[in-house]
Amino acid sequence: METLEKTKDYASIKNQGTISLQDVPVVSYSKFTAVAGELLGSETRHCVNYYAYPFQKGLKFIFCVADDVEHDIKLVSHELPADNKKQLLSLAREFFSMHVFERELHENFGIDFIYHPWQKPVRYAFNRFDRNQVINNYPFYKIDGNELHEVGVGPIHAGIIEPGHFRFLCNGETVLHLEIQLGWQHRGVEDLFLKKSSLIQRTVLSESIAGDTALGHSLAYVSMMESLGGIQVSERLELERTIGLELERIAMHVGDLGNMNIGLAYQLAASVFGTLRTPVINYTQTWCGNRFGKGLNRVGGSHYPFTEDLSDKLITLLDKFDASFDPMAERMFSLPSVLMRVENIGKVTEKQMRLIGAVGMTARMAGIERDIRESHPFAAYKTYRITSETFLNGDVWARAMLRKIEIKHSVGFIRDLLAKLKDMKEPVSKPTAEMELRLAPNALSVSLVEGWRGEICHCAVTDAAGKIVHYKVKDPSVHNWFALALSLRDLEISDFPINNKSYNLSYCGHDL
Amino acid sequence: MIATLLILLTSLLFPGIIVKVKAIVSGRKGPGLLQPIFDIVRLMKKGNVYSTTTSIIFQVGPVIYFVTILCGVFFIPFGNSQGIISFEGDLILFVYFLGLGKFFLILNALDAGSGFEGMGANREALYSMLAEPAFLILVATFSMMAGYDSFSGIFAHWHLTTGNSLVLSVLASYILIQLAMIENSRLPVDDPKTHLELTMIHEVILLDNSGFDLGLVQLGNAFKFGIYGALIANFVLPEHQSLPVRALVFVAVIIVFAVIVGLLESFRARFKIEKNPQFILTLSSIAALAFIVALIITNKLL
Repeated sequence: METLEKTKDYASIKNQGTISLQDVPVVSYSKFTAVAGELLGSETRHCVNYYAYPFQKGLKFIFCVADDVEHDIKLVSHELPADNKKQLLSLAREFFSMHVFERELHENFGIDFIYHPWQKPVRYAFNRFDRNQVINNYPFYKIDGNELHEVGVGPIHAGIIEPGHFRFLCNGETVLHLEIQLGWQHRGVEDLFLKKSSLIQRTVLSESIAGDTALGHSLAYVSMMESLGGIQVSERLELERTIGLELERIAMHVGDLGNMNIGLAYQLAASVFGTLRTPVINYTQTWCGNRFGKGLNRVGGSHYPFTEDLSDKLITLLDKFDASFDPMAERMFSLPSVLMRVENIGKVTEKQMRLIGAVGMTARMAGIERDIRESHPFAAYKTYRITSETFLNGDVWARAMLRKIEIKHSVGFIRDLLAKLKDMKEPVSKPTAEMELRLAPNALSVSLVEGWRGEICHCAVTDAAGKIVHYKVKDPSVHNWFALALSLRDLEISDFPINNKSYNLSYCGHDL
Repeated sequence: MIATLLILLTSLLFPGIIVKVKAIVSGRKGPGLLQPIFDIVRLMKKGNVYSTTTSIIFQVGPVIYFVTILCGVFFIPFGNSQGIISFEGDLILFVYFLGLGKFFLILNALDAGSGFEGMGANREALYSMLAEPAFLILVATFSMMAGYDSFSGIFAHWHLTTGNSLVLSVLASYILIQLAMIENSRLPVDDPKTHLELTMIHEVILLDNSGFDLGLVQLGNAFKFGIYGALIANFVLPEHQSLPVRALVFVAVIIVFAVIVGLLESFRARFKIEKNPQFILTLSSIAALAFIVALIITNKLL
């Protein structure tokens, strides 16, 4: 860092801040690799987004790095004019966590990253560069050997999960390698953000990026619009949004614990956790009319003010929740037959997780303290701190235990926020009307939100008229799918389902 | 004859009781007791779908499986009255009948040629192979204790009156319950409810079977459970009571057995597949222990 100069080598903004595009330094590619190398050299910084968009017939690349110590996002960009050769030296060669960003750039724009370990297609986007590349002619990774066999699962699955293909290379029951290929859920979300120009269409779109993270993604979107539009929201509104986000975390985590127990065939916990999720999402319905919180987050205000009555109902709900959750969780984590299936199963190391750039729960279960709520606070986390937990084990147990602990923290945090809300009598305002929303021209905004899976990153670029010309979404699953593949190495193939459930990653968030 | 009828009748309730118990324990109402049978009837009304990659084996496998289990039912006596088939050494034929059925079910799975079914067949074959010694050692113990080597001979001369035979009955019931759980692919070795092909054992080898064939296999499974229940019932059947009383005890034991299976499945998680062989071998060693105890009791050892 000593060698870098702020404003000359990189720009810096706070989370959910907006910066004029002119203030983001544009450097040559060789300079860029030096800056990126310097930025990524420290464990306290990680890349949250690296993407390109068409700019003056060429491409403009934006590189965003979150700094956990200085609590800011560092930005640097470089350009590739149209007549240049589409060949760049790979960053992933030195910083493997960049692999997925460069694969995406390779797929979308046909840029050849020299020395990239494996420019495997990410999702077969509609607007990909090489239309001849389709999933049907994808050369899956192969290992030769008479005793080895391949098991292909999906894209159509027996359960109710989304489509995705898993290719296991096995020696008997042991998995040597698991290759995950996704893309079936691709809907062109980023493109739709440009095509659908009205505020309400875009807000609804943000809620539909991943159905189970409606509140997380929509919070990232509305916060960014407020930042671009220069709208100051009241503290009360931020508190209410945070309650919504934490409720989503509780509901998804407890549902996942139930699902994991179905995988273990431990019926008691499966039914208890399964039935505990329902009242939580039903509460969200009482609040805003939708169980997944669609309609709650709107730019500048809320249609569903959090009334005194709702507050009382939530306290009753949390009391009931605690009363059934605590004993069941206690029982589950002390039952030998459960522990036998979760301890030391699907272990990944901190080093592996750093290499793949894991975020959110997947990072925290393996010893990486990476939580946007703490490092780049947004909404109510700016004022009120939430305790973030980290485990070192990196196994299924750690992933289950982390859920349990995070549920407890979230319940406690919501109780604190409810107490604070009591003193704020001023009701929240109605959402901003579309005609009143004027986005900053020629600006770039980056919005990070810690959803229940992990870090969600939305980036938008506006033109001279304040119209959005590029929108970029990054779901935590983009990084974390690789963790599942690593977990499976040298593990029994029959332990795949429990590992898959312990991560519960998003297909549509990845495929966009 | 009586035993055969009772087994066939109670077997129809067996899967329903397990499902009901599990539902009640987890706070749900659960389907009716006869729902699994309705499902089988529904399946049997449907036609079969055969993949073009399968051969005649795939078509006869389920039928052979069902017939061998039905033959197995014919061997089971009712206390001291004989089963439909009974002769010296019928125990061995009984074991081989069940083995033959399973063999064809495994061939049926391999014939389908799917990656999942090969894995399932592999697991099923391994566990059956490991479970067989436990059953054979157990029946050997009883035939030595009773001095007879047919089912009816053993049960006709098996009395719960002495402490020694009570100990052996308890051991035998434990082994039989566990074996029944393994052979019928229940917890902790297998999970009949799972929808995950990769963790399945028995379910996965039936993935390509449909309609009538699938119905036959499921009916066969129900009868198989009945066989194990009947074997346990025979150990505790009072000898000097009237026929209706003994029939009631017989049915009651089978129902209690189903309830126990349901309860056992509700409060634990299943094993890691890697640990299954270890668990099944433990049963064989418990059977061997029973055998040594029997040797000591009959003064053949020490």
